[in-house]
Amino acid sequence: MPLPYSELVMEHFRHPHNVGRIEDPDARAIEGSPACGDMVAVYLKVDPETQRITDIKFESYGCASNIATGSIITELAKGKTLEEARQITWKQASEALGGLPPIKAHCSVLAVDGLRAAIENYEERHGLVKEQEPTTVEFVRRRLKHVMNPVTGLDVVRTKLVEEIEVADGVVRVVIDLPADHQFANNIRDEIVEKLGHRWDVKQVEVVFTE
Amino acid sequence: MAVLEKFVYLDNAAATRLDERVLEAMTPYFFDLYAVATSQFGYSLGVDARDALDEARARVAAALGAKPEEFIFTSGDTESSNLALKGVALALGEKKGRHIITSPIEDFPVLYSARALEKQGFRVTTVRVDETGRVDLDHLRDAITPETILISIQAANQEIGTLQDVQAIGEIAREKGVLFHTDATHSFTRVPLNVQETPVDLVTVSAHTIHGPKGIGGLYVRQGTPIRKWMDGGFQEFDLRPGVENIPGAVGFAKAVELVTPEETARLQGLRDRLIEHLLQVPHSRLNGHPVYRLPQNANISFRFVEGESLLLHLDMRGFAVSTGSACFSRSLEASHVILGIGGDHERAHGSVRFTFGRFNQESDVDAAAQAVAEVVEELRKISPLGKE
Repeated sequence: MPLPYSELVMEHFRHPHNVGRIEDPDARAIEGSPACGDMVAVYLKVDPETQRITDIKFESYGCASNIATGSIITELAKGKTLEEARQITWKQASEALGGLPPIKAHCSVLAVDGLRAAIENYEERHGLVKEQEPTTVEFVRRRLKHVMNPVTGLDVVRTKLVEEIEVADGVVRVVIDLPADHQFANNIRDEIVEKLGHRWDVKQVEVVFTE
Repeated sequence: MAVLEKFVYLDNAAATRLDERVLEAMTPYFFDLYAVATSQFGYSLGVDARDALDEARARVAAALGAKPEEFIFTSGDTESSNLALKGVALALGEKKGRHIITSPIEDFPVLYSARALEKQGFRVTTVRVDETGRVDLDHLRDAITPETILISIQAANQEIGTLQDVQAIGEIAREKGVLFHTDATHSFTRVPLNVQETPVDLVTVSAHTIHGPKGIGGLYVRQGTPIRKWMDGGFQEFDLRPGVENIPGAVGFAKAVELVTPEETARLQGLRDRLIEHLLQVPHSRLNGHPVYRLPQNANISFRFVEGESLLLHLDMRGFAVSTGSACFSRSLEASHVILGIGGDHERAHGSVRFTFGRFNQESDVDAAAQAVAEVVEELRKISPLGKE
């Protein structure tokens, strides 16, 4: 194998489940962009009575781990309630696939984020959202738990790379404890901007490296 | 996974299959004439080894029109380019100046040697290239200052195959009194370069791209070029590259050079053109690099709406080996600096596929590869959120 993917990952990559588009979805979301490398779209059909996901499909512009995670996460979510589906973690998806290479974690996290974004989209469309949550330091920290340190495959919060978070006047400033010329510095910066830049109350995201 | 019986290898820019005749030429230097090269006053086994090294050197040098004493064996193109940039910087940094000019699409050895020198306080100017990757010669001329000690611009690009006008660049360098290094790893023996005619001072070459062994390459150093060794050790290779000489490698390199013929190169160009013609019929595809000033063995095509690593894995399952400029495929998770360097966007880099031909490819490989690529691209587009509506 040219890449250290498990048999299960390759099986889902070769024959992804639930792939395609739902023409008249109750909710949908797109996460990622061609610029950051991977992109995933998630479509939902939801039973309004039970709030169960009756149908789910995904599309992927991405690498093998992105496609395989899209496949497994839609399998895991199908038939679950929105609340249950929201609890599905990247770790569960990864375990269900027999593990993913650490360097590919961020590509697969995107599929999980896509599912959550689709659920949020359903709630927004159906008036289920409480108030729009403001971007606070706590919120930023929560979001950063989805930004992966490609060296370890663990998020930047858990690997203690986030040294400081400031939020003031719509400017989010994140200090990352890595040299600016670190192999993955650009990658981590792009991902942080990607996770926060589109927020309703965020004007600017600054990522500062310590050296 | 076992290698499929019928595997079509189209990644000859990364490494080539060794030619049996090369191995045959090398074998005696592992088992019979294995001594280090000694002077004529040493033991006879060492003298024989010395003779073999001298002969190999003369033959590889001759392929560049160079004298034997102008050619240094190294462990490959990475070391050669490091020696060129850092060696000239060591020799001239104090004496003449600390400015180097290069291009944005160089291969990693030049790119990162320049960055390493930047950290040492050298100034590096990156000249503009056009959308095919050709260097803007006016910009190059303007970038030269009295402090400029070296221009390092490749002869041919490793990914998109674009050939530079080495002659014109050399003439500009000569006119301004600046040394000129060119990385010819991918064009050596395939595209003629003669140092008698072209004013170039340092040329990087390697055996691994021409069906020679891995771990041997060389650097042409024009007589009188100010350069100092940057690795310390013995006095081998005219006191520029210390270490036990790789004599089997040198002999193999010379044999590999001898085996490349213009007829073979013309055949590879035919395969290249056939593949490009087929693949440009795939909707939303485009050729990266120059249509004419192009390595005879290189095709590089971007397919929109699909990502290269997925494409590559699907092709692998069907028995084809290719390469991609996608970020997902690279160890640094960065998209190809070459595609971005010629003004391409990330999507074009992610969807770029490089096909490079070698001696053991056949015409039937081209047709099979073209068909497989077209099918895989279509499959991946079906599951892509891009390119619809």
